[in-house]
Amino acid sequence: MALVFRYRPRNVARGLVWGLFALLLAVAPLLFGSGLSLTLLSQMGIAIIACLSYNMLLGQGGMLSFGHAVYSGLGAYLAIHALNRAADGQLPLPVSLVPLVGALAGIGVALLLGFVTTRKSGTPFAMITLGLAELVFAMSLMVPEFFGGEAGVAADRVIGAPVAGISFGPQIQVYALIALYTFFATAAMFAFTRTPLGRMLNAVRDNPERVGYIGYDAQRVRYLTFVIAGGFAGLSGGLHALNFEIVTAEVVGLQRSGAYLLFTFLGGAGFFFGPILGAVLMVLAFVLFSEFTQAWLLYLGLVFLIMVMYAPGGLAGLVMMNLRVAAYGRLRPLWPAYLALAGTALTVLAGVGAMIEMVYHLRLDAALGSGPLRYLGVPLEPHGVDSWCGAVLVALAGLGLFELTRREFARRWGAVQQEIAHEIRQKEAS
Amino acid sequence: MEFFTLSMLNGLSYGLLLFMLSSGLTLIFSLMGVLNFAHASFYMLGAYLGYTIAKGVGFWPALVLAPLAVGVLGALFERACLRRLHRHGHVPELLVTFGLSYVILEVVQLLWGRVALDFQPPAALRGPAFTLVATAGEGLQLLWGAAPAALCSAAGAVCSPFPATRGFMMLVALLMLLALWLLITRTRVGLVIQAALTHPEMAEALGHNVPRVFMGVFGAGAALAGLAGVIGGSTFVTEPAMAATVGSVIFVVVVVGGMGSLPGAFVASLLIGVLQTFAVAVDYSLGALLRSLGLEVGPAAAGNSLLRLTVSQVAPILPYLLLVLVLIFRPRGLLGTREG
Repeated sequence: MALVFRYRPRNVARGLVWGLFALLLAVAPLLFGSGLSLTLLSQMGIAIIACLSYNMLLGQGGMLSFGHAVYSGLGAYLAIHALNRAADGQLPLPVSLVPLVGALAGIGVALLLGFVTTRKSGTPFAMITLGLAELVFAMSLMVPEFFGGEAGVAADRVIGAPVAGISFGPQIQVYALIALYTFFATAAMFAFTRTPLGRMLNAVRDNPERVGYIGYDAQRVRYLTFVIAGGFAGLSGGLHALNFEIVTAEVVGLQRSGAYLLFTFLGGAGFFFGPILGAVLMVLAFVLFSEFTQAWLLYLGLVFLIMVMYAPGGLAGLVMMNLRVAAYGRLRPLWPAYLALAGTALTVLAGVGAMIEMVYHLRLDAALGSGPLRYLGVPLEPHGVDSWCGAVLVALAGLGLFELTRREFARRWGAVQQEIAHEIRQKEAS
Repeated sequence: MEFFTLSMLNGLSYGLLLFMLSSGLTLIFSLMGVLNFAHASFYMLGAYLGYTIAKGVGFWPALVLAPLAVGVLGALFERACLRRLHRHGHVPELLVTFGLSYVILEVVQLLWGRVALDFQPPAALRGPAFTLVATAGEGLQLLWGAAPAALCSAAGAVCSPFPATRGFMMLVALLMLLALWLLITRTRVGLVIQAALTHPEMAEALGHNVPRVFMGVFGAGAALAGLAGVIGGSTFVTEPAMAATVGSVIFVVVVVGGMGSLPGAFVASLLIGVLQTFAVAVDYSLGALLRSLGLEVGPAAAGNSLLRLTVSQVAPILPYLLLVLVLIFRPRGLLGTREG
């Protein structure tokens, strides 16, 4: 039998990207060493796994799930129970493997519930996952033995004597564990996209009838993917349990599922790295922006609306579009337009934001009797006419200028895209 | 007996409210293929606008004006957002309505605050519509309006009043069902709507403005939700969480009834309304059932909350259990005609 040799060049760029990702995970705590940033980084790792696993359904399988938190949340619960058992000495399990309990739990729950949900696709699938998420969340308040009622279930991750100096007491050690899991889970999920199942999943998303005709069972492909995604979600839940040492019923709540959907989409569901951006943004939004303004959910909703309307590719889509332009060396003529766009958009935001903040102040803060409102360092008087006139003026002026710059930008962008298309054609012809 | 009658009536009235909500959702879904995730938000908006308008000009004008306002807002949303996304398929459409539900929730909290409002029904609907009087000797008696105090305080007599708002709710829902059915099956408008769904190009070629038809349908669906909101808000409670409490249940109604089937939505909403109302009144647990079957549970298991859970406590999850059962045994839904 003759051996067949195939020439497969090494994908240097890909190796470089993964190396950079690993480096980033390793270096990040050195750059941002403070307590807050270390917690943020840990949460980002957890969120990255969750959003990537969500994107296996949304981006790669076209399955819009409204109940992904069920799998990560139940994973978190089982992981924390396992941690408690291990602390009692009933379960010989090292702390570093506790997240795997969460992963197994996620697989188990997805095997059970996925059987029901994946019988449908498209819109019915979305509604059914929502119904099941409600079911699990309502159950969580009914069975306090397992879910711990309102208070949740607490645990202590420091068990026994430290192994090789690692006790998982300090946050940096937990971060290291999370980073390790994040790297390997990300790599595994990327590898999944290259497997026959992953490829089939894309086909099921794009054309389920055709998949059926060539002899594959679309429902089975969805089910298998659902189970795998549930496993990764459970892994992130297990890490969550280890990181916070407490799990409350909100981890299975609809809010959490909605957040996975929102931020996976904002990051960009069409690209593998999109959900990573989304996850980073999610943690920043939940921890930092919510401190910054009370109206952050309103801003989030508006940003989401605008993104769905004008940039369905999410952040990753925007990045890739600009990388393409940059690769053809055409970014330079766009810079002034970008700057003008950003400047006018910020003006609009400042004006509208001032109005929103003033209404919030009148409605909510006035009752609490808090001090005068300061917005971007400017004192605002929500009861006076001046502040309102100013805000409206700023917003309107910004809006007018934004529309002008947007038209100019659209013109330049179109011209650049045409040039690139022309260049490609010329290359092909030669 | 009077327990059964009253529970049945309460269940039916709740079911009919669910139908008012899900009919708008089904209408939009079956005609445009858009699953409006913000439908419950339109319901909430109807309640809040109804409250504000009722404070200014009274309840009855508000009952007309608030749904109209919600309908106009819905139509504007369709015009500004959904229409642009229609050619990209259903997922972006669903996502945009999902984003809208966030925005509406926050705007409502921004404008009306986070506490529940005191949205009272008008004086005409405040009392009981009728009272069931069960006396020891004579059985059941039905009295319109409130029963005289002397009758109720008599020995062995039990008075159970049925609120007029709930009766009104049933009336409006039934009228709505009739009007919708007539509109879709018996009028020219209904014909154009059906044609625009199945053969949009042909309808367009015949001179009908299909995008405008869609805008009208979306506005009408939103207006129906707004109407349900005014009635539901004054009967139950007007608060920022009211969208979330019905939001998932109406999706269950639509799936259980069969996607896009108006009669299915009707049957499913009545079923869920009755099921939930009866369950709330039943104080019976799994442990008690086992005991009555002669199975003695051990002391360890007796403390288990799964066995101690009463039917009334699990009432909130019954619709979702029904959803799972229907999906396993009849995936197309009760009266659905197509899979998927």
